[in-house]
Amino acid sequence: MADSDIKAMTANLDGVKFEETAFTVPVPLNEAKVAIVTSASLHHPDDEDFSPMDTGYRILRSEARDYVMGHWSPNFDATGFALDINTVFPIDRLDELAAQGIIGSVAEEHLAYAGNQFDLSAIRLDSGPSGAKFLKEQDVDVVILTPV
Amino acid sequence: MSTLAHIFEAEGIATIALGSIKSQIEATAPPRGLWCDFPLGRPLGVPSDSEFQHRVLARAFELLDSSEPIFAEYDVSIIDDETEVMACPMPPRHDPDLHPAIDEVNGLQPAYERSIAQYGNRIGAGRAIQADEITIAIEAFVKIAEGTPWKEAGVPGIPSRVSQDIRGYYETAALALSDHAPSAWAGTRWFLDETEAGKVVMAARQAMADADEPNPIWFYMAPGDR
Repeated sequence: MADSDIKAMTANLDGVKFEETAFTVPVPLNEAKVAIVTSASLHHPDDEDFSPMDTGYRILRSEARDYVMGHWSPNFDATGFALDINTVFPIDRLDELAAQGIIGSVAEEHLAYAGNQFDLSAIRLDSGPSGAKFLKEQDVDVVILTPV
Repeated sequence: MSTLAHIFEAEGIATIALGSIKSQIEATAPPRGLWCDFPLGRPLGVPSDSEFQHRVLARAFELLDSSEPIFAEYDVSIIDDETEVMACPMPPRHDPDLHPAIDEVNGLQPAYERSIAQYGNRIGAGRAIQADEITIAIEAFVKIAEGTPWKEAGVPGIPSRVSQDIRGYYETAALALSDHAPSAWAGTRWFLDETEAGKVVMAARQAMADADEPNPIWFYMAPGDR
């Protein structure tokens, strides 16, 4: 078993093609509120687990770092996250950058989606825009997206 | 990830998408994409190495300086050598009357609990079955491996999810048995190749495949290249 073999299996999966690439110029980084959005299916222990083809998202609070890996795919290493949540969800690193004044602030709430999707239409048309609205309501300027 | 990046940018949020598979991130073309040649499951590269993680984030945030869509490659790769296996001192055989995998699960329980106390239950049991149900699941998979149809074997949940909980139980316990942070996949290789429970899971998976059970029922009980 090898990482390269697993990557090769998924290397040519079709993604959504966008005719135009939207592009937002953010405020300076040292003024920006930064959030993390991950496709690692993370959730808090008391939140609803992800179902196999779950196209929704879960809200991850900054203050409660009890994140659980809810991903259904067996095709990634999970021990890195087990040792250190920042391997997937670099919340401590963002806190340090905010304390140093490199980024403006860290969002109080972040988002997790399930990355093992074959039909992305529901995310494109529903939960994606809904997540964007949620982040905008928090005045998030910059999102860093992390896969597993 | 790239789909969300496009959507968020259209709503006025700047994004940087990290990606571990080059062809994917190139094909889906997020507005700002950083390909990091790291093992799957470790998008920030190295656990418990804040300096490494900060360097990745610094490179990612540099992409915000671009005035147009940009794709970049991180200049450090982490390559799985395909051979490293966690070295875990296993508990000795305790009860010869039990199936070796059941005895093994019981023997690993203290290590599992130490690891949960240290790190929290991040990847361990709890998705389909609790830790005290691991032995029930193993017993069911033993029956499947011996020829019982999976629907009659008493698997306490969807086999792929139950298998994931067993693997999580073992990989969590292994963290308390190893004296260093494992490289990516070393824990999975240890579970699948070195442990009695891993052998049971793989034997049950093979039996289900041989019985022409629907692929999704058994395929995701182990990584796809197995």
